[in-house]
Amino acid sequence: MKAVVTVIGKDQKGIIAKVSNILFENEVNILDISQTIMQDMFTMIMLVDFESENVTLKQVVDKLEEAEKEMGLSIHVQREEIFTSMHRI
Amino acid sequence: MINPFEVIETIKMIDEENLDIRTITMGISLKSCAGPDIDTVCEKVYNKITTYAKDLVKTGEDIEAQFGIPIINKRISVTPIATLVDALEEPTVEKCVKIAKTLDRAAKTTGVNFIGGYTALVHKDYTNGEKILIESIPEALASTDLVCSSVNVGSTRAGINMNAVKQMGQVVKKAAELTADTQGFACAKLVVFCNAVEDNPFMAGAFLGEGEGECVINVGVSGPGVVKCALEKVKGEDFGVVAETIKKTAFKITRMGQLVAQEASKRLGVPFGIVDLSLAPTPAVGDSVAYILEEMGLEKCGTHGTTAALALLNDAVKKGGIMASGYVGGLSGAFIPVSEDAGMIAAAKDGVLTLEKLEAMTCVCSVGLDMIVIPGDTSAETISAIIADEAAIGMVNTKTTAVRVIPAPGKVEGDVVEFGGLLGTGPVMPVKGYSSAEFINRGGRIPAPLQSLKN
Repeated sequence: MKAVVTVIGKDQKGIIAKVSNILFENEVNILDISQTIMQDMFTMIMLVDFESENVTLKQVVDKLEEAEKEMGLSIHVQREEIFTSMHRI
Repeated sequence: MINPFEVIETIKMIDEENLDIRTITMGISLKSCAGPDIDTVCEKVYNKITTYAKDLVKTGEDIEAQFGIPIINKRISVTPIATLVDALEEPTVEKCVKIAKTLDRAAKTTGVNFIGGYTALVHKDYTNGEKILIESIPEALASTDLVCSSVNVGSTRAGINMNAVKQMGQVVKKAAELTADTQGFACAKLVVFCNAVEDNPFMAGAFLGEGEGECVINVGVSGPGVVKCALEKVKGEDFGVVAETIKKTAFKITRMGQLVAQEASKRLGVPFGIVDLSLAPTPAVGDSVAYILEEMGLEKCGTHGTTAALALLNDAVKKGGIMASGYVGGLSGAFIPVSEDAGMIAAAKDGVLTLEKLEAMTCVCSVGLDMIVIPGDTSAETISAIIADEAAIGMVNTKTTAVRVIPAPGKVEGDVVEFGGLLGTGPVMPVKGYSSAEFINRGGRIPAPLQSLKN
């Protein structure tokens, strides 16, 4: 299952390290990353693949929520289809 | 790779602009449960609903988590219960209420928010069972929590059953009186339709119509806030731009509905029915249809120009949404439930939005006089006359119209009634003091209108 991880927040050291570490620990493969500064906010969008059958989306979301609180970020994990269906005919 | 701006746009719609899926509604046919013995019928009804819908709520929650889109309600609609009542041996009001309680119990077991279909379709005439079911509505609604009821009293092809219109005035009144302690809350669960649709996923008027299958998934989208935010970006532009902006936004909103409907249908192994394109407001600030109209340039919803603004909005929502979904149905249009819309509540409190203006607005948008609180001493005949007016608009214009008014016991013009939750806050709106009793008491049927010479 492919999903999009969106990380938005104040730019600071270690955001990419933190998030990608959590993904690595949960056997989630990162397929693509793009990052930019949008309206003064650090914005990172990752396309990821949930390869392991032992890890559910919820488990990863729970872990990312901890990072969210710790670093004052806003993190969303959503299945890819929500974006493709909304923006592509 | 997905475009980051599109990702952020979607997330913003959900987080800041209140985009959500208003409801996943599972339609379940109860035709197989009909029989002469009430206890057997109730047992069959309970078993069928709790079996078919056992995974509905969990599936909704799973989709919500995986796609990150809120799904506000999970609901069930069933075959009009009058069908079951007609098949009973010696149907009585008590037996009808027993079925209502069974529906309530089944809804609670499955964890859904509402169950609709305590319904009778009497646009031409009554059967015995339908008459008794309608009689039982006040008690059925007062003694249950989640059951919603609707009665179709007219259609473009059949005309208006004025006997039913008369009776519904009394039913609404009695339902309010039986729930006086909650300011007539039972009336919030009761809709009187003209040209009712068979696949509506929205409450209180959802039921699974005669032409529907065994089980089906219908989805209702929402998103007035998203449309309003989109219009903020085209301030001062002409109506061509306004319509185009609404269409594009409606397309995106509806794609969400289509995705969720397909996903729910796949996971539950139930056919996908329709996506209902309605713009359904909630009392949350920023989720209001009235604010869209005001964004178009009206100082207050209800002032002159409101009907035109709403006509444009309603049409553009349909045009934008229709290509986004394989099957569109239900009510599909902008809803104007007064107590559920922050902007309408404010406009009604200021006296700008009146019953007369709302009636005009219902000519050009989805449904009708919805969630309107009227004084508690309003007579049954006056309520019937309000229903008759609205049914006439639906009948002549070949569209669905409905009345959901709450004659709040003990309340007078200027009072405010709090329902809480999605049902919001209703300022009591004045009705005319002159009697319509003689008109309503005539009874009989208003003949179906001409379908040509339309001027």
